[in-house]
Amino acid sequence: MNELSASSRITYRAVMVRPGVARRIRGLSDRTLAWLFITPTIVLLLAINIFPLLWTIYLSFTNYRANRANVPTIWLGADWYQSILTDPDIWAAMQVTAHFVIWTVVIETVVGFGLAYLIDKKFRGHGLWTTIILLPMMLSPAVVGNFWTFLYQPQIGLFNYMVAFFTGRDASSFQMLGDVTLSPWAIVIVDAWIWTPYVMLICLAGLRSIPDYIYEAAEVDRASKWRQFWSITLPMALPFIMLAVLFRGIENFKMFDMVNLLTGGGPGSTTEVASITLKRAAFESWRTGYSSAFAIILFVTVFGLANIYVKALNKVKSR
Amino acid sequence: MKRTITKTLVVACGAVAAAFGVGAGTTPAQAQGKTITLCWAAWDPANALVELSKDFTAKSGIGMKFEFVPWTNYADRFLNELNSHGSLCDLIIGDSQWIGGAAENGQYVKLNDFFKKEGISMDDYMPATVVGYSEWPKNTPNYWALPAMGDAVGWTYRKDWFARPDVQKDFKAKYNRDLAAPKTLDELRDIAQFFQGREIDGKKVYGASIYTERGSEGITMGVSNYLYDYGFKYDDPKKSYAMDGFVNSPGAVKGLEAYKELYKCCTPPGASNSYMSEGLDAFKSGQVALQMNFFAFFPGLHKDPNVGGDKIGFFVNPAGPAAQATQLGGQGISVVSYSKNQAEALQYIKWFSGSDVQKKWWALGGYSCAKSVLNDPGFPNSAPFAKEFLQSMGMVVDFWAEPSYAQLLQAEQKRVHDYVVADKGTAQEALDGLVRDWKAIFKEEGKKF
Repeated sequence: MNELSASSRITYRAVMVRPGVARRIRGLSDRTLAWLFITPTIVLLLAINIFPLLWTIYLSFTNYRANRANVPTIWLGADWYQSILTDPDIWAAMQVTAHFVIWTVVIETVVGFGLAYLIDKKFRGHGLWTTIILLPMMLSPAVVGNFWTFLYQPQIGLFNYMVAFFTGRDASSFQMLGDVTLSPWAIVIVDAWIWTPYVMLICLAGLRSIPDYIYEAAEVDRASKWRQFWSITLPMALPFIMLAVLFRGIENFKMFDMVNLLTGGGPGSTTEVASITLKRAAFESWRTGYSSAFAIILFVTVFGLANIYVKALNKVKSR
Repeated sequence: MKRTITKTLVVACGAVAAAFGVGAGTTPAQAQGKTITLCWAAWDPANALVELSKDFTAKSGIGMKFEFVPWTNYADRFLNELNSHGSLCDLIIGDSQWIGGAAENGQYVKLNDFFKKEGISMDDYMPATVVGYSEWPKNTPNYWALPAMGDAVGWTYRKDWFARPDVQKDFKAKYNRDLAAPKTLDELRDIAQFFQGREIDGKKVYGASIYTERGSEGITMGVSNYLYDYGFKYDDPKKSYAMDGFVNSPGAVKGLEAYKELYKCCTPPGASNSYMSEGLDAFKSGQVALQMNFFAFFPGLHKDPNVGGDKIGFFVNPAGPAAQATQLGGQGISVVSYSKNQAEALQYIKWFSGSDVQKKWWALGGYSCAKSVLNDPGFPNSAPFAKEFLQSMGMVVDFWAEPSYAQLLQAEQKRVHDYVVADKGTAQEALDGLVRDWKAIFKEEGKKF
C-alpha cells in the first residue's frame, strides 16, 4: 500500500513538473513506444554493422584501394571473387584454417568436457581447481602469444625442456615454431591451453542443469554408471557441448592475434590462417576491393556453416 | 597563526607553479607555444634524434614531440596514418620504399621549391642516399625528403673469439688460412660453419644470426645481400619491369641456395623468425660469432659492456661471385602534406640540413648522409665502423620503391620464406614464382613490360 502511494506521488510530481510531455507520452500507442525504445539500437546497428557490411559488398566489386583515394573507382563485377576462389594460395590458407579449427575444437571439447565432468563431482577443493583451470582464459591472447613464444624457444623454453625431460631428446633438437610439421600443432596447443576452460565452463553449466532425480531413477533401475553416462549425462549435456563447439568454431575461424604473434603465418605459409591472409591484403597491400571480396567469402562461409549447425543444434534440443 | 597560513600558501603556490613548469624553467618553445610531432621507428638512432632536436627547440622556440613505433609495427602504423590522411605526424622519417607511394598519393610535400629557396642542394648528400631516400621517380630531380639517416646492412663479429690462439689454430688446420673477417660469402659460410656448435668458455655457440623474419620485411632484407652478390637484378637495366632472366637468373638461384645453406648449417636453433632485435639478442648474449644487422645498431653494440669495445669487429657484406653489394636501409625526412604545421616542419628540415647539425647527428649516434660529414678526412677513423659504413654506402641496392612496394615485398617474403625456412620447392621455383607474382602486381598497376 505504501509502495503504491510512493509511486503515485512520483507520477504526480512528474505530471506536475512536465505536464506537456506526460500528456504526449500518454497519447502514444504501445507500438509507437516500442519503436521509440528500439530506434537508437537499430540506428546503432545500421551504422556500425549493416552499413559497413553493405559498403564492403559494394567495394568487393570494385578496384578501390584505401591508400589511393584519388584513383577513379572502376566496377569489376565478380572478378575478385573469381580470382580468390581459383587462387591456390587462398585454398592453402583455408586448409590451414580448417586444420586449426577442427583440431582446436576437438581437443577443447574432449578435454573441456572431461574437466567439467571431473569438476562436477564436487571433490574437496574443486572450487580452487576451477579457478586455477580458468586462469588461462583470463589472459589476453596477445600476452599469451608472446609468452608462448618464449616457452617454445628451443634453447631456453620450458616446453622444449619438458619434452626433453620426458623423452630424453635434446631440447634444442626441435623447434615448435620454426618446423613445418610442428608449427601447425604449436598453435593448436596454445589455443587449446587458453580456451579449454571456456568449453569446460559451458559443459559444466550443462552438467549442473541435469536434475538429480533422473540419476536417482536410473539408480533405482540399477543402471550402471557407464549406462547413466551414455543415456543421461551425454544426451542431456549435448546441446551445451554443441553450443561450445559453435562458439569455438566461429571464434577460431577468424583467429588472428595469437597466430600472428606466435608465427606470423610462418614458417613459409605453414600457419597462415585465412585472417592473416586477409589482413595482409587489406592493411599491408591495401587491396581494399580484393580484401572486401575475401572478407565476404569468409563471412558467407562462417554464416552458412553456423546456420546449418544451429539447425542441427535445434534438432538435438527438440529431441 | 596568520603568518603561518600565509607561508603555507606561498609554499603551496610555489609547488604548483613548479609542477606546471612556470617561472625560470620556461623554454622558448613553451613561450612560443608551437609544437611539432616527428614520427619514426623506436630504436637507438631515435634517441639520438631526441637529444639532437633539443638544439632545434632552443634555437627556434618550437617544441618537439616524438612518436616512435617499434620496427615490427612501424610500417603498419605510419602507413595507416598516411593513408587515412591523419595529421598526427608533421614530420615523418619514412622508410625508403615508401617514397613512391607517398609521392604519388600526395602524402609527402614536394620539397624542390623549398630546397631552392633555402639553398639546400642535393649535391651535398651522398648520391646513393639521394636516390634511395629522396627521389621519386628514381633518378629524376624530384625530391620528397631530405636524406636523414643513412643505413645499410653490415656484419659484426666476435673479435675476441677470432683472436684466441686455440680457435685460430683449429681454423687454420681446417681451412688452411688465417681466421679473419670474411671477404667473400664463401669465407663467411666457412667461418659460420666453423663456430657452429663449438664450445667457447664452456658454452655452446653458433655460427651466425641472419634475417629470417616472415611477418614484415626481415627475410627479404637478409636474402637480398646474397642475391645481389650472386647477380640478381630487379629488372633489365635496359627495359624497366622486364624481370625474366634477372630476378630468376641462374646466379640469383645460386644466391638463394647459398642463403638457405647458411640458414640450415649455421644459425642458432629457433632462428626461423629472426630480424633486427633477435639478431641483437643473439649477439649480445654471446650465442653467435657473426651477426647480420643494420649499421644503425653498431654504435649501441660497440658500447655494450659484454660484447662491445675490443670484443666486437665490423665488416661490410662480403663479395659474391658476381658482385659486392648490400641492402640499403635508412630513411629520409619528409613533411606530411596533411600537417597543420608545415611551416614549422620545414623550418626543422632547414635546421637539420645544417653542416654543424649533421656533424653533431653523427657524433650522437645518427648516420648523416651529408658529404660534409662523410667526406671529412677524419671520418673513417671517427668510429670503429665508420670506414665500413662509408664503403657500404657506396655499394647499396634498394628494394622496389614503387607505390605497390608492400605487395611486392609480401610476395618476396612468402616465396623466399617458403623456400629457405619451410623447405617448400626449389630455389628456381621460388624465384620463378616471384617473377609471376611481381608481373601480376605490375600488371594490376597498369605497367607495361
